[in-house]
Amino acid sequence: MNYRMIFGNLGTVLCIEAALMTLASIVSAIYGQDDVYAFLISIAILIVVGFLLHLLKPKDGQMYARDGFATVALSWLFISLFGALPYFISGAIPTPIDAFFESVSGFSTTGATVLTDIESLPRGILFWRSFTHWVGGMGVLALMLAILPSVKANTVHMLVAESPGPTPGKLVPKLGQTVKILYVIYSAMTALQIILLIISGMPVYDSVIHALGTAGTGGFSIRSTSIGAYNNVFSEVVIAVFMFLFGTNFALYYRMIRGNLKSCLRDAEFRFYLGTVLVSTVLITLDLTGKVFGSFWEALRHSSFQVSSIITTTGYSTADFNLWPSFSKAILMLLLFIGASAGSTAGGIKCIRIVLLMKLVRREVHRIIHPRSVYTVRINGKAVDEDVLSGVTVFFYAFMCIFAIALLIVSLEGKDMISNFTAVATCIGNVGPGLGIVGPMGNFSSYSVLSKAVFTFCMIAGRLEIMPVLLLLAPTFWKKVNI
Amino acid sequence: MKIIIIGDGKVGHTLAENLSKEGNDVTIIDKDPEPLKKASEYLDVMCIKGNGVSTKVLMEAGVKDADLLIAATTSDEMNMVCCLTAKKLGAAHTIARIRDPEYASELSVLKRELGLDMVINPELECAREIGRVLSHPTAVEVEPFAKGRVELVEIKVTGNMPVAGMKLKDISAGINQSILIGAVQREGEVIIPNGESRIEENDMINIIGRPVDVHDFCSRVVPDSNRVRNVMIIGGGRVAYYLAEYLEEAKIRAKIIEIDRDRCYELSELLPNTLIINGDGSEETVLDSENLGDMDAFVAVTGRDEENLLTSLYARQRGVNKVVAKINKITYASLIKNMGIDSVVSPKQITANGIIRYVRGLKNAMGNPVETLYRIIDGKAEALEFIAGQSTKFLNIPLKDLRLKKGILVAAIVRKNEIIIPHGKDVIKPGDSVILIVKDQRFSDFNDIVEPGGIPNEL
Repeated sequence: MNYRMIFGNLGTVLCIEAALMTLASIVSAIYGQDDVYAFLISIAILIVVGFLLHLLKPKDGQMYARDGFATVALSWLFISLFGALPYFISGAIPTPIDAFFESVSGFSTTGATVLTDIESLPRGILFWRSFTHWVGGMGVLALMLAILPSVKANTVHMLVAESPGPTPGKLVPKLGQTVKILYVIYSAMTALQIILLIISGMPVYDSVIHALGTAGTGGFSIRSTSIGAYNNVFSEVVIAVFMFLFGTNFALYYRMIRGNLKSCLRDAEFRFYLGTVLVSTVLITLDLTGKVFGSFWEALRHSSFQVSSIITTTGYSTADFNLWPSFSKAILMLLLFIGASAGSTAGGIKCIRIVLLMKLVRREVHRIIHPRSVYTVRINGKAVDEDVLSGVTVFFYAFMCIFAIALLIVSLEGKDMISNFTAVATCIGNVGPGLGIVGPMGNFSSYSVLSKAVFTFCMIAGRLEIMPVLLLLAPTFWKKVNI
Repeated sequence: MKIIIIGDGKVGHTLAENLSKEGNDVTIIDKDPEPLKKASEYLDVMCIKGNGVSTKVLMEAGVKDADLLIAATTSDEMNMVCCLTAKKLGAAHTIARIRDPEYASELSVLKRELGLDMVINPELECAREIGRVLSHPTAVEVEPFAKGRVELVEIKVTGNMPVAGMKLKDISAGINQSILIGAVQREGEVIIPNGESRIEENDMINIIGRPVDVHDFCSRVVPDSNRVRNVMIIGGGRVAYYLAEYLEEAKIRAKIIEIDRDRCYELSELLPNTLIINGDGSEETVLDSENLGDMDAFVAVTGRDEENLLTSLYARQRGVNKVVAKINKITYASLIKNMGIDSVVSPKQITANGIIRYVRGLKNAMGNPVETLYRIIDGKAEALEFIAGQSTKFLNIPLKDLRLKKGILVAAIVRKNEIIIPHGKDVIKPGDSVILIVKDQRFSDFNDIVEPGGIPNEL
């Protein structure tokens, strides 16, 4: 463990967070609300702490995988802690655990909220809330790598630990260049969505907020009834399409820019992702027509939005799907686990892992029929490494274990099963709304402090895909000589 | 620069490490996922698993707009095919590692037909490096040019050297080798000398010419005491063969101790002027009976690192002045450094260095029609290589009739395999590559080196 390096990097991350918060304070100043002081105090604290940590210079500059993972896990914990300061100081969220919950929910792009009266909050705070989605979506350390001029080769471990998917890779040989490309694509798409939303008739401030929430696949809205409050089909279509787009692997966009459209459409994960969205939409639409909505088109409008919202783990809603028939609800719950593509801003298990797991099952069946057969699992015509496959199965098991343990703890409170189940699932999958009391029109405020702590843990674990967080929990990891 | 490296062995890895550190975009291709994993963890490069011969893999690596492809797999043939394919697919430059001496004789044909820009032979490079160390004991720095056909040696002039205080034209009158004193560094200043310039004590002089001629000149001016006249070589592998060949040319007497009898016969056929001894070079008695203690230099180039290091230590103990050992694995470098061996050479390291130097030259030359560009004397002067073509305005005009701009020296003309150290009567012909030494200016066009109106009969 190279504590000096880890905390040195942590200092840099906090300084970057201070810079990001400055943007929120500007927004706050523009609207002239009194939350600007909360931001200024938070920024001052961040700069002092960040700068002091930043002064730590590592004796040994070599970063090993364990250091990279630890940097990522600790960074996420710290930025969430410090990101909660404005909520707490401004008095928008008076209890510390609630403020922390909201902050983690923001950075992990979950979008679960404890706020009951969102519309009354100052605009700077609301902007910061959604802005954390945007930053958390692509990753804070990725942002650091993109901004800092001297990216060392071995910092690739940080990217591996932070970006979602079983095999995070580079787009171009240079790591710094890779994250820059990702952020440029990300920013450009966000800007495009803001413009389209403004054209659709949404107010400018609301457009920005919802575009930020869509880009990070987060789902914080400034209306308690989410997108449904606008009742604007054009806006809904824009958001639904962009949610889908932000849930697609960004590497595909890079390939598309390079003129390789065909290979994108042939990508196994993308096909699975698209197929799941289409099939789910059709099934839910058929289920809803006549039962909830009178016309087929009305059903299609809401089902397509909801499918896109849940599979990309965004969590916006146009209707209260809590009231939908149980077949539709079941599909949405399953989508919540699947999640979108690797290399996107979405959470969940990710389509690529589901595809690999299905192929693994097929291989096992195949092995029973032909015990001596040699069978390589392939994706896009390329054999997948056995290491990756075992990583996927282990991830799936760890995901389910954390889900189960969290569910047990949360159930101590005695709330109903559906609410608890979906609340934990929605947190670990970084979606936001669940069913029952945490449904699209509800929130998490009624849970106890213990449960909220469990939810925050689930959100960070889900965003970082379990392993970096588990690493922090391993006792040997903290020892100077780890054997 | 976008660089693709095929083969993630030691050379490939060293290259990737250095080239990516210098800011190039490096992509490595290898069939084996293990070394790739290491590379992706420690280096800022992109790794692609696959066969570098395959067009698909090459396209994936972006060969279309690659500036350079380096093939450094274990197989010569594979390297050649990789380079050929890459060139056809659009790679701007290709470098292949070709080590088999059988190919060495046909190298110029291979290079032309396969469109290779550089061929690197680790054993040959290694032998040359050892040869340079042995033949220029006073040399501060030895820099190969024009792919090793021209050498630039920097010597410090001491008071007891005969050249001290002489004018250049008197020096060249006194010798019959065609060498040229290209640049003189005096108290931090670089002077591009002409015939009237005088060499003074403590000058650093840069001598340019064919390696043999440069060596001849050095042996003439360097006082006797520190010269190497005889060398003992342990191990009769490829490096020893190339080294003995080099030493024969440089008139240094060498004896090779080789354990394998058949190889001894082979060597004695190939190397008429070298003494071949059949014996175990790691045995004390063999070394002593071949009077190791009286040797000026000792070179250990067997296939085993430990043997090389130990015999070198023994030679040092017996009082040999200059001891050189070859090692393949560069581990525990800090330990070896303190062992008292003068030079430790590693073929892989040398190969990598050679390629890196070439890449630097290429990078410097990018964006202007200069073939290669080297910074010399701590970057205070530049050596440029231009190719004379039909557009060159002063073809076939004796150099003495051209009025060159100040601070420019035509240092060498390379015409196919011939090296011409130019005198007034020499002319530049189309297709020649011309090496210039230039101070304080940059050129993007070969025609710019002459003063306006400096070409006779221009009108």
